[in-house]
Amino acid sequence: MDKAFIQHRRRDLVVAACLTVVAAMMPLAVTNGYYQELMVMTLLYAALSQSWNILSGYCGQISLGHALYFGVGAYTTTLLFTKFGVLPWFGMPAGGVLSAMIAMALGYPCFRLRGHYFVIATIVIAEITLLLIQNWEWAGAALGLTIPMKRDSWATFQFARSKLPYFYFALGLACVAWLVTWWLEDSKWGYWWRAVKDNPDAAESLGVVVFNSKMGAAAVSAFLVAIGGGFYAQFVAYISPESVMGFQISLLMALPAVLGGIGSLWGPILGAVILIPLTTLTSSYIGGSGRGVDLIVYGGLIIAISLARPQGLVSLFSRKARPAANPVREAVAS
Amino acid sequence: MTAETIIQSLASGLLMGLLYGLIAVGLALIFGLMDVVNFAHGEFLMIAMYASFFLFAFFALDPLLSAPLVAAALFVFGAVVYLLIVRFAVRAKANTGMVQIFSTFGLAVLMRGVAQYFFTPDYRSIPHSWVGGKTISIAGIYLPQPQLVGALIAIAAFAGLYFFINRTDFGRALEATREDAGAVALVGIDKNKVFAVGWGLGAALVGLAGAVMSIFFYVFPDVGASFATIAYVTVALGGFGSVFGAFAGGIIVGLVEAITTLVLPASLKTVGIYGVYLLVVFIRPRGLFGSI
Repeated sequence: MDKAFIQHRRRDLVVAACLTVVAAMMPLAVTNGYYQELMVMTLLYAALSQSWNILSGYCGQISLGHALYFGVGAYTTTLLFTKFGVLPWFGMPAGGVLSAMIAMALGYPCFRLRGHYFVIATIVIAEITLLLIQNWEWAGAALGLTIPMKRDSWATFQFARSKLPYFYFALGLACVAWLVTWWLEDSKWGYWWRAVKDNPDAAESLGVVVFNSKMGAAAVSAFLVAIGGGFYAQFVAYISPESVMGFQISLLMALPAVLGGIGSLWGPILGAVILIPLTTLTSSYIGGSGRGVDLIVYGGLIIAISLARPQGLVSLFSRKARPAANPVREAVAS
Repeated sequence: MTAETIIQSLASGLLMGLLYGLIAVGLALIFGLMDVVNFAHGEFLMIAMYASFFLFAFFALDPLLSAPLVAAALFVFGAVVYLLIVRFAVRAKANTGMVQIFSTFGLAVLMRGVAQYFFTPDYRSIPHSWVGGKTISIAGIYLPQPQLVGALIAIAAFAGLYFFINRTDFGRALEATREDAGAVALVGIDKNKVFAVGWGLGAALVGLAGAVMSIFFYVFPDVGASFATIAYVTVALGGFGSVFGAFAGGIIVGLVEAITTLVLPASLKTVGIYGVYLLVVFIRPRGLFGSI
C-alpha cells in the first residue's frame, strides 16, 4: 500500500473529526428552532445519501427505490412502538435488520439484472410496497400513523420542544454512515465494489464474487437507511406511506451524492449541506410550498452538475481527483 | 363476474394498452437509437397534455384537431432537449451511465417544477370535446370513444413509424446510426442530426399520446410520473430499444391492468403491471423481445 494513500486516509479522518466538532457546536450559535430543524434534516440526508452511495456509488448498482428501506425503518419502529410498546431504541435496529434482510431477498433476483432493467426494478418494487402499505388497514393504510406524544424522555426518544437530542442523533448517524464508508473504502469489499462497478465481467474472471459483493453492499446500505427512516419517524412523530416511501424520498436520497460526487467519500455530505438548505430556504423565501421553486432549483442543479462536473462538486476541492486505489482495474488494464 | 364483464374490461384494456404503447414508443425509439433512457419522458407527456389543454382553453381547438400542432411542438422540444442537454451528457468523460440517467432526471424535476410554478398544482380537464365522455356500443360491448380514437391513432402512428423506418431515406439513416454510429459518420451522415431528429420524433409520438390523453384524463404537473413508470415497464417488457416490442408491451400492459382491476381493488391496479414486469425480467433479464 503506498504511503500517499495511507496519508490521505488519515487526513480524511482528521478532517472528519474537526468537522464533527464544528457541527456539534453549531446549535450554540443557531438557536432558532426552524434552523435547527433544517440542520437535522441536512444531517439526516447526508447520512441517507452516504448510505445510498455505498450501493449505488461504490458498487455501481443505481437504486431509485431506496425509499423502500427508509419506509421499512420508519414503519417498523413506529408499529413496534404504537402497537407493542417496544421502545424506538430497539425498533430502529429491528427495522435496520429487517431492511437488510429484505435487501438481500430482493437482491437475489434483482442483481442478475443490469443497467436500466435494474434501475426500473428498484423503482417498481418500492412502488409496489408503497401501494400495499396504502391498502394495509392495520398499518394505518393511506392515512398513516401518528406516534402519541407523551412526556419528554430519552427512553421513548420524544422531545416536544427541544430539537437538540434529534440534532445529536442525526449527527451521530451521519458520522456512523461516514465512518462505515471510510472503513469499507479500504477493505476487501471496497475494492470488490469498485471492480464490480467498473467491469463486472472482468472482476468475476479475477475472482471477485460479484453477486455476493452486491448483496453485501445492499445489506449495509439498506440497514443504515432504515435507521434513518426510524429516526425520521421519531422526529416528525407522524408517518404516511407517501411521506416515508414515496418516490420523492428515493430521489432526495440520491441527489446529494449526485451533486457532491457519486462514489466518493465526501460527496454525499457536501451535496446534502448545499442542497437541503438551498432548496428549503428558496422554497420558503420565494414561493412558499407547492409552487415548485424547490423542484426548479433541484432540477437545474442536477442538470448543471451532471453536464459540467460529472465527478460531482468534490472534484473542485482536489485539482486532481484522488485516484482510488483499484488493483483489479490495474490488473485488467495491464 | 359474468363473461360479459370480462370481455368488456379486456376490450377497454386492449384500447388502453394501445395507448400505453403509443406513450412508450418514443422512449423505445430513443433508447434503440442511442442507448439513452429519457427519464423525462413522463414530463414530455405532461407538457403535451398542457399544450392541448391551453389550445382548447384559449382557442377552443378540439384536442383531436390540435394534436398535429402539439406533436409538431413536441418534435421541436425533443430536438432542442437533445441539442442542449443530451448531446453533452453522452459525451461525459466520468460516470457516463450516471450522467445519462441524472441529466434527463434533472430535466424531469425541472419541468415538473416549472409546471407547478406557472400552471399551479391544480387539476384541469377539458370539459367538452368531440369525443370526451362518450361511449360507443359495438356488438354489445361499450367502448369509451376517447380511448377508441386513441387506439386508432396509436395503430396509425405505429404503421406510419414502420413505413418511415423501412421506406424512407431518413429512416434508413436512423436504422444505420442505431447499428453503428461510427460507421455512418464515414459515409457522410451527420450523427448529431440523426439523433436530434430521433429525439424530435420520439417526443412527437409522446406528444400525440398526450393530446389524446388530455381528452379523458386530468392535466396536472405530476401527471407524467405514473405514466412514465408504466412506459418504462412497457419498454422493458418489449426489450429496450425494440420499437415494435413497445407496441406488444403496451398491449400486454393494458390487458394485465384490466385483469388486475377485475380481481384486486382499483387502488392496486398498477401492482399487476409492476408484478408482470418483475416476473418477465426475472425470467428473461432482457425483456420479452430484447436480444440477449
